[in-house]
Amino acid sequence: MTFVPSSEINNNSPQSLQPKGWLRYFSFSLDHKVIGLQYLVCGFVFYLIGGALASAIRIELTSPISDFMARDVYNQVLTLHGTIMIFLWIVPVVNGAFGNYLIPFYVGARDMAFPRLNAVAFWMIPPAGLMLISSYFITGAAQSGWTAYPPLSITTPAAGQIIWIISVLLLGGSSIFGGINFLATILKLRRPGLKLMQLPMYCWAMFGTSILVVLSTPVLAGTLILLSFDIVAHTGFFNPSLGGNVIVYQHLFWFYSHPAVYIMVLPAFGLVSEILPVHCKKPLFGYTTMVYSIMAIVVLGLVVWAHHMFTSGTPPWMRLFFTIATSFIAVPTGIKFFNWVATLWGGKISLNSAVLFSCGFIINFVLGGITGVALAQVPFDIHVHDTYFVVAHFHYIVYGGSVFVIFSSIYHWYPKFTGKMLNENLGRFHFLITFVGFNLCFAPQHWLGLNGMPRRVAEYDPQFTFVNQLSSLGALLMAISTIPFLWNIIQSIFKGEVAGDNPWEGLTPEWLTSSPPPVENWNGPAPLVTEPYGYGAVKKEALDETTTNKTESPKQTE
Amino acid sequence: MTSLTSAETTSAKQLEEPKEHEDYRLFGLATFLIADGMTFAGFFAAYLTFRSVNPLPEGSIYEVELALPTLNTILLLVSSATFHRAGSALKKNEARLCQRWLLITASLGIAFLISQMFEYFSLPFGLTDNLYASTFYALTGFHGLHVTLGAIMILIVWWQTRFPGGRITSQNNFPLEAAELYWHFVDGIWVVLFIILYLL
Repeated sequence: MTFVPSSEINNNSPQSLQPKGWLRYFSFSLDHKVIGLQYLVCGFVFYLIGGALASAIRIELTSPISDFMARDVYNQVLTLHGTIMIFLWIVPVVNGAFGNYLIPFYVGARDMAFPRLNAVAFWMIPPAGLMLISSYFITGAAQSGWTAYPPLSITTPAAGQIIWIISVLLLGGSSIFGGINFLATILKLRRPGLKLMQLPMYCWAMFGTSILVVLSTPVLAGTLILLSFDIVAHTGFFNPSLGGNVIVYQHLFWFYSHPAVYIMVLPAFGLVSEILPVHCKKPLFGYTTMVYSIMAIVVLGLVVWAHHMFTSGTPPWMRLFFTIATSFIAVPTGIKFFNWVATLWGGKISLNSAVLFSCGFIINFVLGGITGVALAQVPFDIHVHDTYFVVAHFHYIVYGGSVFVIFSSIYHWYPKFTGKMLNENLGRFHFLITFVGFNLCFAPQHWLGLNGMPRRVAEYDPQFTFVNQLSSLGALLMAISTIPFLWNIIQSIFKGEVAGDNPWEGLTPEWLTSSPPPVENWNGPAPLVTEPYGYGAVKKEALDETTTNKTESPKQTE
Repeated sequence: MTSLTSAETTSAKQLEEPKEHEDYRLFGLATFLIADGMTFAGFFAAYLTFRSVNPLPEGSIYEVELALPTLNTILLLVSSATFHRAGSALKKNEARLCQRWLLITASLGIAFLISQMFEYFSLPFGLTDNLYASTFYALTGFHGLHVTLGAIMILIVWWQTRFPGGRITSQNNFPLEAAELYWHFVDGIWVVLFIILYLL
């Protein structure tokens, strides 16, 4: 076994040659905190673009005929919206942004295990995103939805589809590199003395997510390579007219894309588990069950993919197996939800923006989870398959779930990122219109789906007009909600109240350093935090021990 | 911010954190190889499904000769052994011997690729002839790409182990270990591929 002196690891990196100040956010920086914020800001820019596309879709759907966009433009907008929101916003932000920023703190390290690989993984994202979006202006974007099901993806214009495949391959590669880095950091780079079962919950969430990334993303890559052969070289893997099999594509695609849902929500679960205890001043309820729930979701998440394919001629035994396996996922997920509610129960809750968004997440995700269990039942799924019911369910999971948590996390960690506080009133206003707008937009879509309005189509039966307009009104509110948020984050950098090192009096390691933290995270030794949720429940001596262990405790500096 | 001076920081760091830590680059590579193996797993699953549910049209040719692939299997298995010999030679600080074994390994890899080319040109079907043919070329081609990358890696390692002046020594043998792990992985994949594609 070879050993590398850690001084070499820490000091050999050309940090001194890096630009200073805001310019470093545009450089090939190796600092995990810079990379994390690069992911966050880059992802947010793509969120605004994807949101604009969503608004265009909702404007089109205010009337039953396709008057705002041509039908093929609608297909392109739909495809871009889905791809951008999943691959360029939620996956990079819940994994890349918060993972890179927080995981080294949580394991007591000064950087990720592979800083250069980390920077490479980030810098694969902007070119992929730009390529994807520019394809709309140059060749016409892909038109086959984010699933790219053949034979549709083989028969629609090839250039846009190929650019889509290359972008997704790049983004998938970035995701795999990130996953490898997180696994190595969590397993190998832990500070000596820190046990796995003492890690903050977000580490466990990222550990589970990274396993899913490493196991499932390569399968998508292989599938898309075969699909590109079908498009470019006219092979017949997935082309029925050449003897191919479209169902094989669906199996391989969903072998990635169902775990992808967990890649989007498991880190969100982890982030909520970090935020709630800090603002309730109570230990996270049921730490051990939380860990086992995450690992159960990881295992089950790999064997439920065919529930997306109940109408694809799946045999009865397959339907039975995947219905049961999918229903089982409700158990570990339910455990997590009861644990969060129990964490809130009797806590000293400060109802600030971070907590409001986390509670909004709990409400939305329970609704999305209930429709999820309903959709797992074959008879019901066959009825609502490919209708707006599925759209509503999916958005309750990824917007009501993951995006609410991203906002919650930004309100929670913004003081650490910048050293400034956000405006609380603007934050609460932002929550109010996001929550109302989101539910107004997507709750009516359940009704639309149950009554048979198909998804992915620009035109619909005129009887659905009013409910669609209601939904578009909600989308308008969601669009407006970004204005107070953007105003808040931009003006707080300059005029925000100074936050201090630990404005929320949190106990996890990132609060035990200055805001923003120094390049090597702590100016002294890395603190050994064995009780990341030790609020009140632990004995006073244990708390004092934690406080004395940290070098730059806020109380000592003040 | 802090008031600690840099001297104090260094001493505190030495007290609290170990000066050395395990080299986890091989761990990272192994994780990557698991991911890479999943790509192959996807391909194998697709091939086996095609085979069991998609009957080929009447008159399709899908016969392959076994002689060349068997020779290829032997070439790769022997090359795994020779790479292992190169690694142990380097550990014993015998750079010359290590270089010789590396060159033999690279030659075996290149011989595999040439033999694979011979097989491609002698096959009675092309890439787009039928589903079996497409899958055959996709699987062997994707594996051949891995062998090509591996052979290039071995040649780079061979160049770097020269003495004096090379960067790979018995103290710094990570590049050799990494290439070796990768090469064993590629060989293992070939064995699975050989069984599934040729023998089944």
